[in-house]
Amino acid sequence: MMAEVPNLVPALPELFLALSIMALLMFGVFQKGGLAEEDVKTSRLISYLGILVLVLAGLLETTLAGGRLVTFSNMFVSDPFAVFCKVLVLIGSSLAIVISQGFIERQHMARFEYPILIVFATLGMMLMISANDLISLYLGLEMQSLSLYVIAAFQRDDTRSTEAGLKYFVLGAVASGMLLYGSSLIYGFTGTTNFDKLTTVFHAGSGVNVGVIFGIVFILAGLAFKVSAVPFHMWTPDVYEGAPTPITAFFSVAPKIAALALFIRVMVGPFGGLLAEWQQIVVFVSVASMVLGAFAAINQTNIKRLMAYSSIGHVGYALIGLAVGNQAGVRGMLIYLAIYLFMNVGTFGCILCMRRGDRMVEGINDLAGLGKTHPMLALAVGIFMLSMAGIPPLAGFFGKLYIFLAAIEAKLYALAVIGVLSSVVAAFYYLRIVQLVYFSDPEEALDRPVSRDLGLVITATGLIIVLFFVYPAPILSGAAAAAAALFPG
Amino acid sequence: MIQALAFYMFAFVAVASAVMVISAKNPVHSVLFLILAFFNSAALFVLMGAEFLAMILVVVYVGAVAVLFMFVVMMLDINFVELRQGFLQYLPLGGMIGLVLLAELLVVIGGWALTPQAGKPGGAPIPAPATVTNTHALGELFYTHYIYLFQAAGMVLLVAMIGAIVLTHRRRAGVRRQRIADQIARSAKESVEVRNVPTGKGI
Repeated sequence: MMAEVPNLVPALPELFLALSIMALLMFGVFQKGGLAEEDVKTSRLISYLGILVLVLAGLLETTLAGGRLVTFSNMFVSDPFAVFCKVLVLIGSSLAIVISQGFIERQHMARFEYPILIVFATLGMMLMISANDLISLYLGLEMQSLSLYVIAAFQRDDTRSTEAGLKYFVLGAVASGMLLYGSSLIYGFTGTTNFDKLTTVFHAGSGVNVGVIFGIVFILAGLAFKVSAVPFHMWTPDVYEGAPTPITAFFSVAPKIAALALFIRVMVGPFGGLLAEWQQIVVFVSVASMVLGAFAAINQTNIKRLMAYSSIGHVGYALIGLAVGNQAGVRGMLIYLAIYLFMNVGTFGCILCMRRGDRMVEGINDLAGLGKTHPMLALAVGIFMLSMAGIPPLAGFFGKLYIFLAAIEAKLYALAVIGVLSSVVAAFYYLRIVQLVYFSDPEEALDRPVSRDLGLVITATGLIIVLFFVYPAPILSGAAAAAAALFPG
Repeated sequence: MIQALAFYMFAFVAVASAVMVISAKNPVHSVLFLILAFFNSAALFVLMGAEFLAMILVVVYVGAVAVLFMFVVMMLDINFVELRQGFLQYLPLGGMIGLVLLAELLVVIGGWALTPQAGKPGGAPIPAPATVTNTHALGELFYTHYIYLFQAAGMVLLVAMIGAIVLTHRRRAGVRRQRIADQIARSAKESVEVRNVPTGKGI
């Protein structure tokens, strides 16, 4: 009996990425090494190739933009939703490699495994986004998490970096355990792990079982950990502060987008029929994240810690879209994520420029007087901070607008009001940075020439944030098509 | 009759040796009991007609995992008596948590009812045991139905391997490696030097 070869077309970008990773790995291993300059040369070469591979995978991805394709015994799905989220993740990862190179060379951690691990994490994220089965979800998640643990500890001679990696690993393993326990309960009570079959089981409307609810709660807890939503956020500030800065930049965008996409896929897909059961949990998680993100960030003096709390807050806003649980909500969430990606990469680009005599500085006070010493950089910091605070006409405002509109349309007034209030509180610390930059006297100037890569990334993301309102069509229509794919009929 | 007897014998030995694993004082004895437990579980698999799983259990668990444990136990000087200290002290709290979990599980199992749609098995259908051997059935499951998961798991292991190397491997200076090509390429001219040593003086 000959088995049929599965249809490989829907998974083409992933296959390409997997094979490229192995090729790059072999290439890097057999490159001449040993001397510091040779290692730097190899790492630079592999970084460029890694960016190229990610871009090519993105192009391959856009060729799949049509309809819904499933393959591998129904375990892998490629639909417009997956394509949209994967393109975002690929952009995030490739920008992360671009802004990393200078940093890892200066910090003597330029080894060729660095870009390879980032591409590996990206592959895991793409598998997560395309998961159509609880088992493929778990494998994608583990591939991503495992790469992230290693990257967090990449600067292995630095205690803070290794501590970050270890903390992330231990807590991440607990979260994976919860997710698996939840999946096993779901499997036990329904007899299937496949999302399509779970959808039919739960749409039948035949009374919900308490065991299934248990399972969903555990899966929610595991996923909430991965997106660092309150009350599973404890690891975020420590890991963000300890990990090398470009890695923090990577953590705050690509894995977060992938995990939120997975959140949407799982909750709206198979458990969509049980909206009434999980809506209150997501509402709670969302409110708690927004409030904690706003208040806990006020007292921070380290900019990376501040960004960690800010990202917890942003996850809270994004989760409003999921709590709404309809097409408008998911659309708002995807727009929010797309804007958040550019905003955050740009901000971290600016943070990476904070050097003084070849030493990275991370204090918020080190930004004082930037307006006088680095007018262009100060302008960029100002734009990103105002956008994060949600001041029109910058892109950050529109992200929040669509989310809150969806919440109001769904009559979740309390959620929308709390969201607006907490974003007012959050505006305080974003504006404090703007105030420091423009209205304080400089203590000691930061190093002068901003490297070409960083300058390019900051300019590009800054332009996207400023000019979003002029030509928002690509993001809006992409998000609309992606959201529509999840709500057939 | 004989099958039932064999089942009870293997099951009894398996449970008894599992108890000994956690109660033996000497960690080496624990590992040996663990191996005994594995062998008995393998025998139980044979009784169920799952001969492939039985052999894999012996090969993988007894052959690799247990030996690995043995190495770890013998190489790391872990003081198990010290580890067990405080066991009684934390027993009440631990017992309480255990009871709560048990109560929760009972609530969940109390609500056990399969949805009518769940009648058909959700995973890959199981072929009739008479038509295929179980090696064949497992192979088909792994390499045909679950090929995607199998490959993805392989990639996860690759990440783990790269990670271990990235985090622990150090290039040490001054290591003298054998370079066979250099050794072969040597000629007598560059390795041996003939010096004329004057008598009574040395070089």
